[in-house]
Amino acid sequence: MGNTLTIAWKETRTYFSSPMGYIIGGVFLALTGYLFAQSVSAPFAEASIRNWIGSATMLFTLWSPVLTMRLLAEEQKLGTLELLMTSPVRDFEIVVGKYLASLVMLLSILALTAFYALLLLLFGDPDIGPLLAGYLGLVLFGAATLAVGVLASSLTSNQIVAAVISFGILLFLTLLEQAADVTPGTPAVLLEQLSLTGHFNDFARGVIDTNNIIYYLSFIFVTLFLAIRNLESKRWR
Amino acid sequence: MTEVMIEAQELTKYYGGFLAIENINFKVNKGEIVGFLGPNGSGKTTTMRILTGYMPPSTGIARIAGSDVITDSLQARRHIGYLPETVPLYTDMPVSDYLTYMGALRGMERTNIQKRTDEVIELVRLEQYRSTHIGKLSKGYRQRVGLAQAILHEPEVLILDEPTIGIDPIQVVETREVIRDLGREHTILLSSHILAEVSLLCQRVLIIHDGTLVAEDAPENLAKRLKGNERLELEIRGPVEDVTTALREIQGVTNVRRENAEGNHTYVVEMQPGTDIRETVSRTIINREWGLLKLTPVVMSLEEIFLQLTSGDEEI
Repeated sequence: MGNTLTIAWKETRTYFSSPMGYIIGGVFLALTGYLFAQSVSAPFAEASIRNWIGSATMLFTLWSPVLTMRLLAEEQKLGTLELLMTSPVRDFEIVVGKYLASLVMLLSILALTAFYALLLLLFGDPDIGPLLAGYLGLVLFGAATLAVGVLASSLTSNQIVAAVISFGILLFLTLLEQAADVTPGTPAVLLEQLSLTGHFNDFARGVIDTNNIIYYLSFIFVTLFLAIRNLESKRWR
Repeated sequence: MTEVMIEAQELTKYYGGFLAIENINFKVNKGEIVGFLGPNGSGKTTTMRILTGYMPPSTGIARIAGSDVITDSLQARRHIGYLPETVPLYTDMPVSDYLTYMGALRGMERTNIQKRTDEVIELVRLEQYRSTHIGKLSKGYRQRVGLAQAILHEPEVLILDEPTIGIDPIQVVETREVIRDLGREHTILLSSHILAEVSLLCQRVLIIHDGTLVAEDAPENLAKRLKGNERLELEIRGPVEDVTTALREIQGVTNVRRENAEGNHTYVVEMQPGTDIRETVSRTIINREWGLLKLTPVVMSLEEIFLQLTSGDEEI
């Protein structure tokens, strides 16, 4: 546990001490700000974040790959992975530590978007329940996309390649939901259940279904597990 | 009773179908500095990566301070300070932050990390650069940072892969001093293809070629073992033909070669092992009234030993 936190702390500091962290964060806030403004400027707009977070999830598909691409790819490029893997540190501690740092970034950014919710509270009368459910959904959805990013970053020493791979995976998992719409019968349910966005809609509506929470948590677990196995397999090559 | 700190038992490693090292056996006792010598691609780095637990061997066993690097990997890794050949460093971190981070990963106590960071920075003479970003340091200084992280946690075993490669001669001398100092308390295995360095630093040399150990001995013993080719280097002013003939006629001389031909002539005389023909040679030359400008016995350098051992040339 100590090692995990050491690595997470180091990576978090790197995020906050580099311009990259602020650029990534700034772009995310600018775009979500625009989407929020749009969602409340419509005629008869309701004081909820439902429309806003629906479009915000779309941003994660692009944002998470960029945020996570550095995490393991750079270690491989610099060769520092060799030093990490010969230190008395377990492979899972490396992966989980890196992942935690990206989660800290996600939570910090989402904390800043609470400003939008504050605006709703000041100028409208939103339902607190759906608002909190929406945020829980955003955190889980974001956390899942970050896990994909970490996995992709473990696959290559090239950060751009890592970003493209995770973008591809995320886009595919999002498109599954649309594929479900045009698929008849049981396969449609399967596709819907597999898709990353399909499990988000309930949260957006303000419904907290354990089914969806378990989906995201197990998605994160499996994805990180694959990243750890991939790291381990580097020893055998 | 000497304690074996590094043990390689029949290590073999394949990369796919490529045989990188084959049946490597050696032991390094506590307090020894052992040199690992071989040309590029001979398997030095592969062997070191196995010893440090970075990758497992295809077959064979490696132990560090008695712990198997595979089955008891974390325990083995706790005893190791490792400087990989590429000197991997986080270029966007200041030197002291980097060392603090590495110390934490090695499980050091926080107060101890601060103390040791100061100590090693002083030891590798990086005081002026402790808050400089590593990316801004020259190659030589980066090498020192690499060395600093390897010794930070006071490991019992140091594995240094080409510790002096790519740094300028003055820094090389300084780095060697640091390594020699460390050798008093640590067990060191260092690889190099600079033979002079190994003979300066190490009590024992392992020579590896094409993935197999071809020789293992003290540097001076290696030289002794190969003393077959004792030579004299002579510089003589006189008619080339006559000098060559005269030298050939001296008893014990096996071969005479003439090297450059600018005014004075340099000859390399090879002789039978165990004979000393210096007096005979000088007398012969003076009697013929030629000018003897230089007479130097040539001790075979490790470079030559190495070439002979690894060229597959068995005539030595």
